[in-house]
Amino acid sequence: MSTTDELRTQVLEALGAIAPDADLATLSDDASLRDELDLDSMDMQGLVVGLYEATGIDVPERDYGKLDTVADTVAYLAAHRPGGQ
Amino acid sequence: MSDFTMPSLGADMTAGTLLEWYVRPGDAVRRGDIVASVDTSKAEIEIEIFEDGVVGELLVEVGTRVPVGTPLATILPVAGSAAAAGNGAAPATPTATPVAAAPPPASSPPTPRTVAPLAAASPPAAPPLAVPVEGHRTRVSPLARRVAAQMGIDPETVPGTGSGGAVTREDVERAATTGTTPPAAEPLVPAAAPAAPAVQSAAEPAVADRRSAMRKAIGDLMARSKREIPHYHLETAIDMTAALAWLAERNATLAPPERAIPAALLLAAAARAAAKHAQLNGFFADGAPQPAEHVHLGVALALRGGGLVAPAIHDADRLPLGELMAALRDLTARVRAGTMRGSEMADPTITVTSLGDRGADKVFGVIYPPQVALIGFGAIRERPWAAGGMVGARPTAIATLAADHRASDGHDGSLLLAELDRLLQHPEELA
Repeated sequence: MSTTDELRTQVLEALGAIAPDADLATLSDDASLRDELDLDSMDMQGLVVGLYEATGIDVPERDYGKLDTVADTVAYLAAHRPGGQ
Repeated sequence: MSDFTMPSLGADMTAGTLLEWYVRPGDAVRRGDIVASVDTSKAEIEIEIFEDGVVGELLVEVGTRVPVGTPLATILPVAGSAAAAGNGAAPATPTATPVAAAPPPASSPPTPRTVAPLAAASPPAAPPLAVPVEGHRTRVSPLARRVAAQMGIDPETVPGTGSGGAVTREDVERAATTGTTPPAAEPLVPAAAPAAPAVQSAAEPAVADRRSAMRKAIGDLMARSKREIPHYHLETAIDMTAALAWLAERNATLAPPERAIPAALLLAAAARAAAKHAQLNGFFADGAPQPAEHVHLGVALALRGGGLVAPAIHDADRLPLGELMAALRDLTARVRAGTMRGSEMADPTITVTSLGDRGADKVFGVIYPPQVALIGFGAIRERPWAAGGMVGARPTAIATLAADHRASDGHDGSLLLAELDRLLQHPEELA
């Protein structure tokens, strides 16, 4: 089972894949991904695919809006991982 | 013998810098193989060859900037049978000697690529020149890559039976049906990613130079468009309720990699509408409109850090939504990684620009010469919508058309937009 730190790493890796030029080291956990990284719907879809492939967690389309920040995304994954709380 | 020349990768390109050769003298090549990468002022582009043959001499060294049309390499006709070339033994065959093939049937028609004579018999040949520079870069035909993306297969893992071990569409389909290939973790991004470091090669201009060169290239092309093309502009508001509901229902049944985004639906509708209105799909060249037989849909994609490119999705009007989405995802990833292909850059027949969900309400398009039309979509937003004597809030998109009066009139353009609207009210036709 992934720890929160592992989930955070996976989120950052997935973000790195869709925004290769973004400086993720300086990205605040509470910054809006869409605003900070200028993510569009294709990018969000890519993020969800990346997370699905890394973690097996399937974020349904209606929940894409809940992946607003890195912190939100980690929390969402933690809550939805197999056997999660 | 014929020359493989520096291609024109868009109307704004006058010269290119050869970044890398993926072939060596003696290599057998088939139409569609990626043989080199070239740095235009806009991006690194992988360029394909458009005939079958054997690489003779490489005439231009890596790092050299040459004008469009400059011979880059000589291509010798395929010697004897396809077998000689097909089994990967080409480098050892006598035909590899450039000058030897004296009276060449230079104009011999390319052998049909549908046949892979030794497919069953020969083991997948190691690509004769497996591009040692980059670890591994299996040669994969663009079509095979597209099919692989759709099937969720990593084409790099498929045994290739094409020329030089290239992976063909048939190989991908065979792998899919026999299940010999593990599903890819991320079908296309890994294929593109290893190429990224190559962009930083010696020939690479500094980032600031690239940006100003890109800005100049865009400026020159758009200035030409504004100067030469008598634009007319139309717009129509489209009720997206049915399309979005249909898409949400479709996506709810699918795993994330299979889902499509609304932009893909808009592209699908645009491509099909363009196919029905040939006077808006094609070029204006040599003083006359030249309608295209295919719809190669240019997709305007913003580059992170500024600038844009509009590479083509080939035969987009014939792709089901899932395939179109895969192609769009592939293209977006490769644009970001800087690995577009020459054929994509050279031949869009109509371009679509979609501003995305964070974009403005509508776009007043500027046509990419020598094309004759550009379709634009603003952000899909809830807006007041009158229907049946009532006003309600509905998700709507404003579609615009910029078109060339030398090739069509407003009536033609209106019909195209009306067809676009009709398709989006019947999204199941786009599936």
